[in-house]
Amino acid sequence: MSDKAPNENVIEVEDLRVDFPTEHGLVHAVAGVSFSVKRGRVLAIVGESGSGKSVTAFSILRLIQPPGYIAGGSIKLFSQKEPPIDITSLKEDDDLLYHLRGGLVSMIFQEPMTALCPVYTVGNQICEAIHLHKDVTKKEAERIAVDMLDRVGIPKPEIRLRQYPHEFSGGMRQRVVVAMALVCMPEVLIADEPTTALDVTIQAQVLTLIKDLRKELGGSVIFITHDIGVVAQIADDVIVMNQGKILESGSVRQVLKSPVHPYTRGLLAAIPSLSQRGSRLPTIDSIPGARDIDLTVPLHTLSDGRRVALPTEKIPATTT
Amino acid sequence: MTASDTKPLLRVQNLCKFFPVHAKGIRRKVIDEVRAVDHVTFDIQPGETLGLVGESGSGKTTCARTILRALSPTAGRVHFQSEDGEVELSSLSEHALKPLRQQMQMIFQDPFSSLNPRMTVGGIVEEPLLIHGIGTPAERREKAADILRKVDLLPEHRERYPHAFSGGQRQRIGIARALILRPRFIVCDEAVSALDVSVQAQVINLLMDLQEEFHLTYLFVAHDLGVVRHICDRIAVMRNGKLVEMKKTEELFSNPEHPYTQRLLSAIPNPDPDIPLRPILEASEEEELAEAKL
Repeated sequence: MSDKAPNENVIEVEDLRVDFPTEHGLVHAVAGVSFSVKRGRVLAIVGESGSGKSVTAFSILRLIQPPGYIAGGSIKLFSQKEPPIDITSLKEDDDLLYHLRGGLVSMIFQEPMTALCPVYTVGNQICEAIHLHKDVTKKEAERIAVDMLDRVGIPKPEIRLRQYPHEFSGGMRQRVVVAMALVCMPEVLIADEPTTALDVTIQAQVLTLIKDLRKELGGSVIFITHDIGVVAQIADDVIVMNQGKILESGSVRQVLKSPVHPYTRGLLAAIPSLSQRGSRLPTIDSIPGARDIDLTVPLHTLSDGRRVALPTEKIPATTT
Repeated sequence: MTASDTKPLLRVQNLCKFFPVHAKGIRRKVIDEVRAVDHVTFDIQPGETLGLVGESGSGKTTCARTILRALSPTAGRVHFQSEDGEVELSSLSEHALKPLRQQMQMIFQDPFSSLNPRMTVGGIVEEPLLIHGIGTPAERREKAADILRKVDLLPEHRERYPHAFSGGQRQRIGIARALILRPRFIVCDEAVSALDVSVQAQVINLLMDLQEEFHLTYLFVAHDLGVVRHICDRIAVMRNGKLVEMKKTEELFSNPEHPYTQRLLSAIPNPDPDIPLRPILEASEEEELAEAKL
């Protein structure tokens, strides 16, 4: 079951820093983060609210809202069809940026209610994405849209195409958003808490859908969530973030089954489970060393390939 | 304790809440009704935590609100064991209901919209006392400081406004407001759904500690089955306004009988990567048959 050596990366992020100027001084939302996304794999970024996980993902699409800005580091995209793109160096009005957004990298947002425009039909919105990235006729675009809606499991796509978002249920709307994100066959899909607003049954449907489509269409996924259960089910690799830094990263089995960093252990212990029913839940504060995270400690690569932000002497001898 | 153990704190019998559907046009004739709560029957023992789960739109929140008479029921009875004997909530007038409201309170889902941004935390927590005309201003302040300490906030926090607090702290303020009248029965309507796991764990611990200290009875409305499994003694599953299954927590998770419960449980992602998710996505024929029978 050993993981294959990294053969090819789609995205390489190096020492990314994102700052937000506020009344109380500069906030380092992302403070020096490096990671890579392997081709064809699902990378999950987990962390509490305010850990910088969404900001990291937004900066890949250069969607950081002013006054926030990328203060340093680089994000490189290695597309199969095109020469490598240095995303951080692109100008705001660069054509390549528009090609990138939705074409090479696309995004599924958290709220299916707000991600769709209420005054355009669903078909209109999907076709808009197609026209932006492909040189096709109106009829052709519509055919692609119908095909995509069919693929994400929306019954009677020809009729549904002419309907407005309010005529869809929450789960169906999220399917539309997924269809819109995938319609231009992006190489990387960023999913920012795509199931948080959904019921468990609908969540299971959307997760299965993303899994199946990834197998079918290829491509990599960056999955942002705070639900460890979802991570375990969908991810190949995991990054744990806190206060703008990576604390631990590795394969999903390494991180979830034998976490090294006390913060990761705290995060996992806080999930209610059957074994400790009725007892007090361990909180992050109650686990020794989990709250006083030393953010100056650099990431340390262990022999089994995972990375942990702990001083060398504190890393327990791993059993491999 | 033995006497109260046998007598349920709350008995809900055939509770119904239907909402009318109006026709288009000026006369707005009632053409149909939405059966949000449809003949729901259950009871809750004193000191018990009953979980009420279901998808959005299953009627679980409407059911909880109808029990508290935040909505008036279409039909059915709710017997509540108050301090002065049993009362039937569904037929009482608003006037007769007011003193009883001290004994049953609610904690809301969204800690950001359930607190008035223009009131100080002290004002928010004291308001229930003011409404029920309890104590002098000095006594009220004293009580508010007390209760804030109970929910792990500082008495100094009274002067501040809700925006100065994090989500978890705001939820504690909501809990303090519900507790200040020393109720016997609390409805937690998705009380921890909006919180991060780490904060969620703290609030769950707090709710369990308070239950022990004040002998509270909870009706815990939620869609997160993990949380429900942790905190509840018994679980009731709702679907389309009807109660489909009600059992002890362990029994429900080890032996779900109703096909809908099975489908719901199969959709929970396990935090162990070696246990794959095998959701039952479509309602089986069996389930549809069972539904038709209800």
